[in-house]
Amino acid sequence: MSIRIGSGSGWWGDRISPAEQSARDGRLDFLCFETMAEATISTAQVRARADAAFPGYDTYLEDRMAAVLPHCVKNGTKIISNQGWINPVGAAQKVRHMLDAMGCSHWKVAAVTGAQITDAVRNAGGTILETGSDLSTLGESIISAEAYLGSDAIVEALRGGADIVITGRVADPSLFLAAMVYAFNWSMDDVTRLARGSAIGHLLECGAQLTGGYFADPGVKDIPEPWNLGFPIAEVEEDGTAVFSKINGTGGLLNRETVLEQMFYEVHDPANYITPDVVVDFTSAEIEEIGPDTVRVSGVSGKPATDSYKVSIGAKEGFIGEDMFFYAGPGARQKAELAKIILRERFKIVGLKAEDVRMDILGVDAIHGAASPAPLCEPYEVAVRVAARCLERSEALKVGREVDGMAVSGISSTGKRVPFQERVREVIGIWSTLLDKHSVTADVQYF
Amino acid sequence: MQVLLRRLAHSRSGDKGNTSNIAVIAYHAELYPFIRDQLGVERMKARYDGLVTGPIRRYAVDRLGVLNFVCEGALGGGVSRNLCLDNYGKTLASAVLDLQIKIPDDLASHLR
Repeated sequence: MSIRIGSGSGWWGDRISPAEQSARDGRLDFLCFETMAEATISTAQVRARADAAFPGYDTYLEDRMAAVLPHCVKNGTKIISNQGWINPVGAAQKVRHMLDAMGCSHWKVAAVTGAQITDAVRNAGGTILETGSDLSTLGESIISAEAYLGSDAIVEALRGGADIVITGRVADPSLFLAAMVYAFNWSMDDVTRLARGSAIGHLLECGAQLTGGYFADPGVKDIPEPWNLGFPIAEVEEDGTAVFSKINGTGGLLNRETVLEQMFYEVHDPANYITPDVVVDFTSAEIEEIGPDTVRVSGVSGKPATDSYKVSIGAKEGFIGEDMFFYAGPGARQKAELAKIILRERFKIVGLKAEDVRMDILGVDAIHGAASPAPLCEPYEVAVRVAARCLERSEALKVGREVDGMAVSGISSTGKRVPFQERVREVIGIWSTLLDKHSVTADVQYF
Repeated sequence: MQVLLRRLAHSRSGDKGNTSNIAVIAYHAELYPFIRDQLGVERMKARYDGLVTGPIRRYAVDRLGVLNFVCEGALGGGVSRNLCLDNYGKTLASAVLDLQIKIPDDLASHLR
């Protein structure tokens, strides 16, 4: 017996139609959605405080579910999703309503809660991993703290009869591992299978990054139809071997190279990739191309899980003000250099109080900074980008206001947009710490 | 012969906090030893000088033909604090590919 698991999204803003395609044609047993970045929870908390209408879950929950639910119900495909963000219960209730409206009252939805541990972290004390300082130094700036839960509560929900499981923060690979633990009844002591399942989850968690996304490099790494990428599907055997593929007729590419890029994505020590469920060793992996866009991955090994959960903490740190304007034609770069001087003086005149200010010439060295090679010729067109990080919003606003001044009080042929978007954003700094697993309790509720 | 790393290997960067990992993946097993021997931590530090502010660690996975460089202090304090336009460091992986690597002429057929 084998099971087929599809990736439904690699991040919040991911395309929806490839998930629909996999749900329709992928013969899936499970479809898993990953929609959270490191700052998702804190950003959602800030938004929830400011906007009473924000429900606290993935803003695309309805869109994604409307696209896949009819196919999943028809094909008996269970869904595991971290779209619950700060409100897994609300998300589960929303999906319940959608199912009822489709006449699917027999489908069961579960919400996994317990990842949000803000008060516990405020009171617990502990060390910030990045700085070695005590957590108490963050004081009132903490917006939220959440543990990266493992697969266990999702498995409990599936065993409790759930067809759809909605979570908040869960380690990304655990979303996928849960399907395997449930379907094969793997023991949580079987480190080899857990490691293989987690590796499969890691390969699937970023969606098209396994099937040709974030990959094409014209001339050296070309891929077919990069505008039409299919999302990856893993067919998993009971021993944790998996064959990865995508829907026939979709664009993109799945081969040893795409698998290796994703295997090492966001990985530090490849022999010790720590998840809440297990420690994965990728270095023993076997990767075989067994057909067009078909790759078998086997041989991953593992070690027992650690005693702690990683906890991500979001803290208010101020505001970033940012804007851009541009020059083209002869002297473009010299004008940009003069513009930087003008802005530097203006910031002194208006008394900008900033933690850090950065001014770049886009087209020369804005991205790789000091590590950029000297240009071989003068660029025909450049943009000046200026950004400042400030403790107060009123200070960050000065960046855009001073760029406004460059319109009619600036330099010859300054190109500038009328501001059409917010030029100040709040900075939510992310810190991490470790918390003993016993001090976190996950809970499952059914709808 | 001396060739751009871009013809021997591909790369991908990923973010965690203020750390970026840059995986360098050989296109062919026979090319890998030349990359491993010529692309050490010191050379990476020099290439990313001024961009990566912390220590760099290298994990060599010979079986898979991959060097994984873990670069601390690469993201301006972390994705949300970073004033760089590329706050996730998505483009960082490409900078290494313009380094030169010496290989025997008879391996030229493995180059991209």
